[in-house]
Parts: sequence; structure tokens; C-alpha cells
Amino acid sequence: MTAPPRSHGPAALLRRALGLGAAAPVLRPLGAIAAAGALLAGGYAYAAGWLSPQRLSPVRVVDAFQADFGQHAGFRRNHAKGICVVGHFDGSGLAGAYSSASVFQPMQVPVIGRFAVPGGNPAAPDTGNPVRSMALEFQLPNGEQWRTGMNNTPVFVVNTPKAFYENLLASRPDPATGKPDPARLKAFFDAHPESAPFRAWTKAHPGTSSLLNTQFYSINAFRLIDAHGQNHLARWAMVPELPAAPLDPAQKNDKNALQDDLLQRLAQGPARWHLQIQLAAPGDPEDDATRAWPSERLSVDAGVLTLTRAIDQGDGPCRDVNFDPTILPRGIQVSSDPLLAARSGAYSRSYNLRTHEVAALQNAAHQGESK
Amino acid sequence: MTPARFSLASRLLHWIMAPLLVTMLLVGTGMVATVSHWRLSLLALHKPLGLALLVLAVLRLLLRLAQQLRGRTPPLPASLPAPLRLAAHASHWVLYGCMLAMPLIGWAMLSAGGFPLPLQLVPLGAPDVMRYALLRSMHTLVGELFYLTVIAHILAGLLHALLLRDGVFQAISLGRKT
Repeated sequence: MTAPPRSHGPAALLRRALGLGAAAPVLRPLGAIAAAGALLAGGYAYAAGWLSPQRLSPVRVVDAFQADFGQHAGFRRNHAKGICVVGHFDGSGLAGAYSSASVFQPMQVPVIGRFAVPGGNPAAPDTGNPVRSMALEFQLPNGEQWRTGMNNTPVFVVNTPKAFYENLLASRPDPATGKPDPARLKAFFDAHPESAPFRAWTKAHPGTSSLLNTQFYSINAFRLIDAHGQNHLARWAMVPELPAAPLDPAQKNDKNALQDDLLQRLAQGPARWHLQIQLAAPGDPEDDATRAWPSERLSVDAGVLTLTRAIDQGDGPCRDVNFDPTILPRGIQVSSDPLLAARSGAYSRSYNLRTHEVAALQNAAHQGESK
Repeated sequence: MTPARFSLASRLLHWIMAPLLVTMLLVGTGMVATVSHWRLSLLALHKPLGLALLVLAVLRLLLRLAQQLRGRTPPLPASLPAPLRLAAHASHWVLYGCMLAMPLIGWAMLSAGGFPLPLQLVPLGAPDVMRYALLRSMHTLVGELFYLTVIAHILAGLLHALLLRDGVFQAISLGRKT
């Protein structure tokens, strides 16, 4: 036997307000609606990462860069100092057996690129850091693109996004000295033995005299997909035609030594690199950017990159390009290397911040003109 | 005579799109908030799903407009107070607007940023940094408005279905007539 519905209390009030019958169910429906609301709000909170503040996000990575290097409106949050280049790539056709990407067919495609210095300081000296980078966007037929961001080191310092983030924290400048605390850095490297090959390599390879005689590496592994749908695990390197030469001591005191050298040399004639694709053997690590593959692995000359002109990045064609290494054409796919998604996320965050800043600066300049 | 329910085609479209839209909004929110491999797999889902939802939204809007013009949409019950009627109508047009705007903003945003487009779509405009910045902000803001309106819509639907039981939910339901 059920008790007769009460004629007062919140349920009864609601029934009267909504014009419902005296026996209409109220509490259970309200409970169901509240539960649905909580579920929908909770789903959003989960997706947005509000429930897991310790989770690494693009915002946290980029915030760490800004804490280390300051905030420089309109510039990339990492590899802030750079210079645009343009040119083209002539595929040799030799890599076509491993990848169906059109870039590996014997044809020419336009290329936009950028040389840069690591770190978030757009006024950094060109030769202060042993690492330098080359980023490229190959513009393929049918609106396809291949973007790659390479460093002059065959291996990376760490192999997970978390360790990369911890490296940023350990590199934070000490307010007293303006420089990273050596003890903190040492503690980081001691805790990360996987960084040893990178540190040994940079120690043994001081920078060369020019960007044009520098070799650049893909850092991460990728999967090439051939016409039959077969996977081939690969890394690549841009091998300069110009022979390596040691950096002149005078160049070390010149902040823009490498950019000036680049402008000067390209004004005299184009510079070339060979895209060498290194194919993994079974057992070679796919997901560990700190470990190079043995040098005797099969290597294929996929074509020649020709750079013809360098342009200031302030208004050059590379300024508004996000060299996200996961933007790949059909025939190339990301590997299981966890750094790739993290690079994509952090580059995107940096891109969104700086494009908004560039837009605001252009708006302000526009208003200044019309006054 | 006006019908008591929306046409079967409208109701089917509604229930096919409903879970896809909620998924899409959560995928979009989640993929930009992580540096894990989920970013890449969700991004690969986000673009083609967005295009599919654009096609479905256009179909649905055309169907709705045709039925509206011919007076073939079920009316709200007379018992519903005027402010709620206004909220009901306004929120429906906000939902239609967001359904159309979100994929178009995303498409134009990728075009303005110079990014490659999925499925060999033609770019909506040449690369332009100011337009990219504007569209990128709009994609987030309209998406948040969309999700809030979807929550309100679902809760209002449950209110009609469970509490008011006034036939409004029946009009869109795929269940048998009661």
C-alpha cells in the first residue's frame, strides 16, 4: 500500500507550478535530469582535462617555455629565432618503392622552409646552442603537404613528453644569475640516462661554419607506406652537398653569423641537400628518439632539396606556417614515437598564440596608419 | 492539419546526429587538451566526422525549412508559458546555426592557416593570419556555445519526457505513439 501524495512540500509545490496531476512523479524525473546534466558537464570536464590537472597538456608545455624564455609576442615559443627560405625538391624516384607519397616520385615540388635556433628567445645568438634546426613544407599536388621539423642531432635529448617537460623545468633560469642552475640540470641528466647519447653527440660535434654545410635529421621515426600498403619504418636526414667545416672563432662573437652567412651564400647561388631515407631493420626502436639506428642500415637517396633564397621571418613565407611534423601526405604516417603527438600539440598551441599576436599587431599598425 | 510528430526522416536525422554531435564536441575539446597519441587519433576522426555532420546538417535544415513552410511541424503545447516557448524556438535555431557554422568555421580556419584539407576539399579562402586568428577563436567560442545549448536541449527534452509528459518529446521520439 502506498501513502497518498502529500499536498505540501517541494514536490507538491512543483506539481502545482507545472500544472501536473496530484500523483505525477516528480522526484525521480528530477533526479534523472540532474544525473544527465552532471554526466554531460562531467564529460566536458574530463575531455578538457579539468579532472586531471597533473595531465600534460599543450598549454602546460608552452607555459613552461614562456617561464624559461619570457613571452615574445608574435614569435614561436620554441625555435623563436629563425629565417625563412624557399626552394624546391626534386624527387629521385628511388624511395617510391617504400612509400607511395607523391614527393618521392621523379618530380619537382615547391618548398618553404625555415632555419632556427632552439629556445624561445628571438634574439638568441646563432651559435650559442650546439643544436640548430631546419623545418620544411613540401607543397605536393592535390593540396597535399609534407611538413617536417629536423635538428642537426641524429638523436633527441629525451624520449617522452614528460621527460621533455621536466627538462624544461630543470632548465628554468635562476632569477639570481639569469642562467639555468647547473646543479638542477645535472640532477635532471643523472635521472635521465637516456639523454647520454644526445649529450655525447653534441659534445663531439661542435656546430659547423654554415647552415648550408649542416646535416639535419628527422629526430623521430615515421612509417612509410608503399603502394601495396606495406609499412617500412624509416628516419631521414638532409645531407648537405657542401662539405662540413669548423666554425670560425670570429663567428662565435657575431649574433647573426649563420643568418648573415646564409643570406650571403644564397645570394651567390643555390644550396643543395640530399634527402637520405634510412630504413629500419627488425628490432630497431620505433618509439625511442634517443637511440640512433646502426649506420649500416639501408639508406636511399630520395631526391635533392635546393634552397634558392632566404627571407627575414618577420614578413617571410614561413612566418605563418606551423611546421607540425605530423602533417604528412598519403604514403607517410606517424610512428609510435610519443614525442610526435606532443610536438604537434605544443606547436599548435604556440601557433595559435603567435597568430593571435601577429593579428593584433597588424590590427594596431592598421589603426595607426588610418589615424 | 498540423501533425503531432516530426516526419520520420526528421526524427531519424535527429537521432543519428545527436550522439555524433555530442561525440564531436567532446572529441574537439579533448584533442586540443592532450599531448598524448589521442591528439592525433582524435584529430583524424574530427575532420571527416565534421564534414559528414555538415552534410547531415544541410539536409536537416532543408528538410526542416520545407516542413516549416508547409506548416508540417508539430506545434508546442498551449500549456507551455510564453518565455519557455521563446526559449524553445530560439535554442532550436541556435542549434541549427551551430551545426552549420562549426564545420564551416573549421574548414575556413584550416584554409586561412594554410593547412592541408582532408579529402582534397578546396580551401575556403587563401591563407591569411588575421582571418586564421579570428576563425580559430570562433571555433572554440561557437563550440562552447554549442555544447551549452546541447546540454540545455537535452535537459529540456528530459523535462518534457519525464516530468511534463506533454507530447513534446513524443514529437521527436522514434518510439511508438502512446
